[in-house]
Amino acid sequence: MNIHEYQAKEILKAYGVNVPRGCMVKSARQAGKAYQYFGCDCVFKAQVYAGGRGKAGGIRIVRDEAQACDIAKDLFKKRLVTAQTGAHGLPVKRLLIEEIVEVEKELYLSLTLDRRTSRYCLIASSEGGMDIEDVARKFPDKIHKLFIDPFLGVKAYHARPLCVLLGLKNKLLDEGIKLIQTLYKILLEKDCSLLEINPLVVTKDGRLLAMDCKINFDDNALFRHPEYEKMIDFSQLDALEIEARKFDLAYIKLGGHIGCMVNGAGLAMATLDILKEYGTEPANFLDVGGGASREKVAAAFRIILSDKKVRGIFVNIFGGIMRCDIIAHGIIDATKEKAPHIPIVVRMDGSNLEEGIRLLAQSGLNIEIVDNLKSGVQKIAQMMKKKKTAA
Amino acid sequence: MAILIDKNSKIIVQGITGKSGLLHARQCRAYGSNIVGGVTPGRGGSSIEGFPVFDSVTEAVLHTKATVSMILVPAPWAADAILEAAEAGIELAVCITEGIPVRDMVMTKRYLCHSKMRLIGPNCPGLITPGECEVGIMPGSIHKKGNIGVVSRSGTLTYEAVKQLTDAGLGQSTCVGIGGDPIVGMDFIEVLKLFAGDVDTKGIFIIGEIGGDAEESAARWVKENLKKPVAAFIAGRTAPAGKRMGHAGAIITGGKGLATDKIRSLEECGVVVAQSPVKIAEAMREALNKN
Repeated sequence: MNIHEYQAKEILKAYGVNVPRGCMVKSARQAGKAYQYFGCDCVFKAQVYAGGRGKAGGIRIVRDEAQACDIAKDLFKKRLVTAQTGAHGLPVKRLLIEEIVEVEKELYLSLTLDRRTSRYCLIASSEGGMDIEDVARKFPDKIHKLFIDPFLGVKAYHARPLCVLLGLKNKLLDEGIKLIQTLYKILLEKDCSLLEINPLVVTKDGRLLAMDCKINFDDNALFRHPEYEKMIDFSQLDALEIEARKFDLAYIKLGGHIGCMVNGAGLAMATLDILKEYGTEPANFLDVGGGASREKVAAAFRIILSDKKVRGIFVNIFGGIMRCDIIAHGIIDATKEKAPHIPIVVRMDGSNLEEGIRLLAQSGLNIEIVDNLKSGVQKIAQMMKKKKTAA
Repeated sequence: MAILIDKNSKIIVQGITGKSGLLHARQCRAYGSNIVGGVTPGRGGSSIEGFPVFDSVTEAVLHTKATVSMILVPAPWAADAILEAAEAGIELAVCITEGIPVRDMVMTKRYLCHSKMRLIGPNCPGLITPGECEVGIMPGSIHKKGNIGVVSRSGTLTYEAVKQLTDAGLGQSTCVGIGGDPIVGMDFIEVLKLFAGDVDTKGIFIIGEIGGDAEESAARWVKENLKKPVAAFIAGRTAPAGKRMGHAGAIITGGKGLATDKIRSLEECGVVVAQSPVKIAEAMREALNKN
């Protein structure tokens, strides 16, 4: 789960980590007022669920009051397209306004899971302010890693050499050690999957300050943090993805024309791969999951049908825990009010196959039923082609 | 012979009185697995559909001599269930549960470094030695006894692969689903090592997917150590970067974890990679004929 920069900074602040003085605003008028309140040069930062904002014009420096409203208006007006958002971009509904800080040095700190060691890993670099993947490419010797033993946590003697490598001295050395220990504490207590401070700055007046911060939460740990639900900015999510979220469906919009409903993540990925292999473009990734109910299957099918780009549907089910009759019931329920007039191919195999086929065959729906993946994909690809030629 | 489980394995189910715990205990028993009981704290001393229920794993082990545990405990308590199995002297825990927080698994995995217990999963379909024993949730009927070892990060995609192998006359020695999470117990290499030493396994099929670099490590290990023919399929060739594709571990981040990189590594190490999910049996045959 994503959160905004200003929310991440609120968490840091609550743990005593220094962040620039700032506030979040939702309108140009509020932005003007905030500028007045700070009474100094400020930076206006667009709050979107993506990085690369600076290069995309989402971070602007404001030096006088007359400018403040105009710049804010300009930012609120646009969908911000960054290297990470895709061509469609993301709407800007919130700005973070912060006082400008005089920077002596930019550093980098992050904590995330290292899959190879199954441990959390702290990454530190003296090259802050740029993408850490770029640093890794250009200055691999300037990336320092600490693999944290979960039974020990981060001891001062673990953090000290890293702080020395970052060039922190005297008072700042101790502050750096404490900061690293605090970040690890936040990572655990808040169940973060990523906690990144880039840049971490040393200010001209000798303070250590988190200038930008990105936090992602572990989706699997949301049950421990019911308060996170309120932090979601729904303007940043696709309407269909929000709907899928309600039913706990793994759904990702992809933009093509063939809607897909599959059980199991691996099979769903493989289904997208083979659809492309046959020259068609999938509209979405959708895993209905193992133990889904008839209602959940119906919700999944409705979500696919409500995607305006969808011109054909391919259902690929290998029943195990999931039974074919439940899938059939779900599809029938979802199409009760209005029968869809697009090609639908259902490939089913596994538990309760006969009952599933019987239900679909008697439903009166115009559905092609096949029993293996290859003929299913061939069929839908062929039907889409025919449709195109007819049109 | 097969690996990890056979007809003599004594199995308990942690979470046996839950809906899915009972369903799969029943299904495994129907397949022929020796399910000797289950654990649900607070329900000790009772029995359910003929399975004796115990309050703790220690007690269950004491009374049943079980060495294998299938864990179907809800995610908030699943990591504890794994630790409890390890402390009780279980030799093989198979954790089916999906959705365990990463922080819990970091701790659990660290603990298991000093334990003799092997862990399969979490977020996996379990494992099956066809014709003998199933500890998992896969449809047993698609499997056929034979000589192909299957190891996979996926669930239903493994069923798809197994069905194709069976239809092509390629039976299986053991099929192991290692799980789709970023932290799992046994990894590809640990399972491959067992297949390497198993006389019943004449060829191996690996099913991987985007995210992490477990497939690349497995490829290198195969090249340096394995004499048996290996084929593979990698799902997610067309997956977009930065999106979690259903499995917690299936994500491309910072240009890492791409299917194309995994496929290249495997091919460079002599593994035959199926170019399409409908060509799994063909790839396995090609690998078998090559050697």
